[in-house]
Amino acid sequence: MTTPNAPASFYHTTEGTGVWPHKGKVAAVGIGHSPTSRRWDGTPENTVGANSILALRKAIEDAGVPPDQIDGLVIDPVTTTGAHWDANDPIPMDVVNHYNPTDDPLDGIAKLSCEWLLKNMPELTNVKFTMYGTGCMSHAIVVGAQAVGEGLTNNCLVLKSWHNLEGRYNQAGLSAAEDVSGTYAVGPGRTIWGPPGCFGTALQFAEYCRKYGKSHDMMAPFMENSRRNGLLFPEGYWAQHRPEQLTAEDYLAARWIAKPASLFDNDIPIMVSGAYLFTTAERAKDMKQKPVYILGHASSRGTARSLTPTLDEIQVETGSTGRKILEAAGITADDISFENMYDGFALFHQFHIEGLGYRGMKFGDALDFYQTDISIEGPSPILPSGGNIGSGRSRFWMHTDSIQQIQGRAGARALTGVKPEIAVSGGPMPMGGNFTVWGASPD
Amino acid sequence: MVKQGVIPDELTKPFYDAANEEKLVVQNCKSCGLLQHPPAAACRKCGSGDNMEWKGMSGKAKIYNYTVVYDTPIRMLQEDQPFNLAVVMLDEDPGIQMYSHLPGTPVDQVPVGGSVEVVFEATANGQKVPEWRVVG
Repeated sequence: MTTPNAPASFYHTTEGTGVWPHKGKVAAVGIGHSPTSRRWDGTPENTVGANSILALRKAIEDAGVPPDQIDGLVIDPVTTTGAHWDANDPIPMDVVNHYNPTDDPLDGIAKLSCEWLLKNMPELTNVKFTMYGTGCMSHAIVVGAQAVGEGLTNNCLVLKSWHNLEGRYNQAGLSAAEDVSGTYAVGPGRTIWGPPGCFGTALQFAEYCRKYGKSHDMMAPFMENSRRNGLLFPEGYWAQHRPEQLTAEDYLAARWIAKPASLFDNDIPIMVSGAYLFTTAERAKDMKQKPVYILGHASSRGTARSLTPTLDEIQVETGSTGRKILEAAGITADDISFENMYDGFALFHQFHIEGLGYRGMKFGDALDFYQTDISIEGPSPILPSGGNIGSGRSRFWMHTDSIQQIQGRAGARALTGVKPEIAVSGGPMPMGGNFTVWGASPD
Repeated sequence: MVKQGVIPDELTKPFYDAANEEKLVVQNCKSCGLLQHPPAAACRKCGSGDNMEWKGMSGKAKIYNYTVVYDTPIRMLQEDQPFNLAVVMLDEDPGIQMYSHLPGTPVDQVPVGGSVEVVFEATANGQKVPEWRVVG
């Protein structure tokens, strides 16, 4: 069995293609998460594979579907947070052999395949459809939704998992090398000039502030709000391990990484797995949880002309993505109850929501908007999940929260200023992401 | 501030050979006229793979934007932190960007929009790469 990558046709990447043909015909009915941890502790019980099995089993149980009725599995096979297994490090064969391994001993430790999962989840006896949505949960959700919509699977598990190893973020491998290849040296990635991961976003934010007369300190209310919401997310890293409210003073005093991006503008890499169960709208009616319907999805595949996207390129792309999102779901921006767009760097959330036109926003408006009531109690909630900034880098809190809010299962994060009926979630990057519209009703 | 050594590969050898001769070249598509950087096997606009040539540039550019790096992942640069990391845009085509540490410019005193000109700097293994100095 070999799992293919999703075909490009699964993604809605151009404007003008109309309402998603499967609008309201696919529903999320189950959610499962593993516990979070900062890094792998070296035990078999804490591997990315173990977390994945746990999350999948919880999603199945949450939906109340017998495991033998699961017939689809969509995952992102890439699990790294930026930590890669050093080729010189010995393979921990005791961990490998604790499970039923595949031909790749790092499968389930520093990567993940559908084959590994099916070998280690014997209760999944009827999975006929497997596919990779490579990138993040936002990819996998689109692929799972499209697969159910097209009738390729009826009860499809969707999974995203992360491993994080010892060592500082992205500082091993090529970053520590004496010499590098010519292509790498002049490429858009780390390069010999040494940009940290947040460099591109910091550049765009700096240009944004110059263009619109804004400043980094205007991000403080967003940061406080994100951490507050994150601490109300019991599945998240900060709630589980470091229940500390971030204050504006903390934020403004943080050390720089790439000025104007500071430490807290970067999410914290963690180990965690998250899973959803998607099914047909027809089948969802009889399940344990209230179905949350997928009204549409849209993807950005924008690329920069040269090394790093300019603000102009970002805004052209996020504007287009916003229009695609609304078009796919057949809604207007006014129909959106709340947003859970991506925040993996805090400094680009405004690009996403301005492109979407959330609460009538235009380019340049968001930082002023952050100075108003953006809380879960207010009329214009910003990122009620808290996002990756609020709960650690999973790239799925925003999806989980969107589903839970609409189901009425968001607990202490429950929105009280708006009725949660339609949400938009997704990411990661302003140029290169996937976005989903969730609804309480299929229409 | 010594950068990691560079080992030119097939794609980038003309770029680095020119740098060793203290010349700046950029890929140009003979089919559609697009200048592109970083180098790629085919034209990003028209997809042509057989019509790429290397074209000499004047070595003049403007500073588009910058950050100050306090926490680089590149081990060899860590003792030089904090440092400027700017993006310059070539005068011939502002769509073409190159990175620069702006040697000689004090940290966080970068004149955005200011003029720069190319210089060539040896990396750890002697291979030269383009760098940019503020002029005027």
